[in-house]
Amino acid sequence: MQALYAQLLVGLINGSFYALLSLGLAVIFGMLNIINFAHGALYMMGAFVAYFLLNLGGINYWWALLIAPVVVGVFGMILERTMLQWLTGLDHLYGLLLTFGIALIVQGVFQNYFGSSGMPYAIPDQLKGGMNLGFMFLPIYRGWVVIFSLVVCIATWFLIEKTRLGAYLRAATENPTLVRAFGINVPRMITLTYGLGVGLAALAGVLSAPINQVRPLMGADLIIVVFAVVVIGGMGSIMGSIITGFALGVIEGLTKYFYPEASNTVVFVLMVLVLLVKPTGLTGRAA
Amino acid sequence: MVETVIADAPAKTAAGGNILQVRNLEAWYGESHILHGINFDVNAGEVVTLLGRNGAGKTTTLKSIMGIIGKRTGSVKFNNQDITRTTSDKIARMGIALCPEERGIFSSLDVRENLLLPPVVRPGGLSLEQIFELFPNLKERLNSQGTKLSGGEQQMLAIARILRTGASFLMLDEPTEGLAPVIIQQIGHTIARLKKEGFTILLVEQNFRFASTVADRYYVVEHGKIIDGFSNSELAANMDKLHTYLGV
Repeated sequence: MQALYAQLLVGLINGSFYALLSLGLAVIFGMLNIINFAHGALYMMGAFVAYFLLNLGGINYWWALLIAPVVVGVFGMILERTMLQWLTGLDHLYGLLLTFGIALIVQGVFQNYFGSSGMPYAIPDQLKGGMNLGFMFLPIYRGWVVIFSLVVCIATWFLIEKTRLGAYLRAATENPTLVRAFGINVPRMITLTYGLGVGLAALAGVLSAPINQVRPLMGADLIIVVFAVVVIGGMGSIMGSIITGFALGVIEGLTKYFYPEASNTVVFVLMVLVLLVKPTGLTGRAA
Repeated sequence: MVETVIADAPAKTAAGGNILQVRNLEAWYGESHILHGINFDVNAGEVVTLLGRNGAGKTTTLKSIMGIIGKRTGSVKFNNQDITRTTSDKIARMGIALCPEERGIFSSLDVRENLLLPPVVRPGGLSLEQIFELFPNLKERLNSQGTKLSGGEQQMLAIARILRTGASFLMLDEPTEGLAPVIIQQIGHTIARLKKEGFTILLVEQNFRFASTVADRYYVVEHGKIIDGFSNSELAANMDKLHTYLGV
């Protein structure tokens, strides 16, 4: 039974990363109509920024949670202003190819300087150790990752679904020309949205650093699963991405317990099944 | 209809002063040349109607003034300021508001969010209370999804949301299209009220019977050009010509 709970916790933690990353992808796809293949590389950059802050500047984890998303978000905004904005109105394929190219370049540069092996990032002192819950042992850092991710996901959902700024974003997703004609600077909003989506990826990268180590290919390993999560949840759906992210993490964890051989493929099998039954994803709407 | 006073109607240019000047306006959709040199003026406080058949270039004229056409040349001046190369968000902030032909109600927003979406660009816009006095239906449907409203209610919402912004120059693109006569009458009353309060309105209409109830002057658009223009007092004398122009 202990092993089942342990796998459930691993599933929840993976689900936290899936949710944060797919949420960013959903926000970006909804607003920019771009399938952001660079997301994994930007997640990796978040972890590296935290690593540099700690090892070069002596800046701790808590500050990294704030600084890394801002730094990577600004990098993302520069990418959007200099490259992605020119793809407006073009087929999805162009965005996919461009962001895939960006991902390869970013990962290649980091691999060139840091190799492929992981570099350790220590768990902050306040989150070391664990708690015995009676039925299982809970490492505090892992519990923190799940709760913090959930809070960030809900806050992002609230921002987009329940605020004036979110109404602008949703309206601009439907008809950017009209929203701009109402006096709203839509190009600037698109840039900021890309920065927000990318910042969420970087935040996931910082959270992941103490668990998975800091590696140039840490994003590449994760991004394919995250895309499956987004497809299952429904492209562009915020709540769909959050729920599907956590749920698939748990399903993956349970599969590891009951039938480990299928644990790496279960997400993709589910994706195929969902696409067969509901091609727009569980909560997505037809284009 | 409940009579209300729009207490804080927007600050206007001196009555009768020229507020919009369009000269040699040309516009393109991709390779298609749609406007071939449009010239007309709108004076402050007037309701001016662009009449014409489908595809004549009326909507494109409004979009060109608003700056939402890919390529345009010529000159558009608003309050003596050249806005030909100004982006649409800045044009909106100068006090021009567009109510588009397809109404542009956002399906992912409820009525309240649709209503509050356009930012207030200058003081003097209508308050929500004043808007609900003009369009009581909207108050009852505040939490409904925008696109779940009837066609008439959607049109009211589309007009209402630009009245909040403080814009003094309103461009209404076929506000009566596809609506029941009773709703058309209500929209006519609203336009008359707005005119009385000093708003300047540029109206695009195919229904000149409706337009004649509210307009001060008319321009006829054909093949991307203004081919005729007359005032409301000259309407009766020009009726035969108008029938020919509009093919009715």
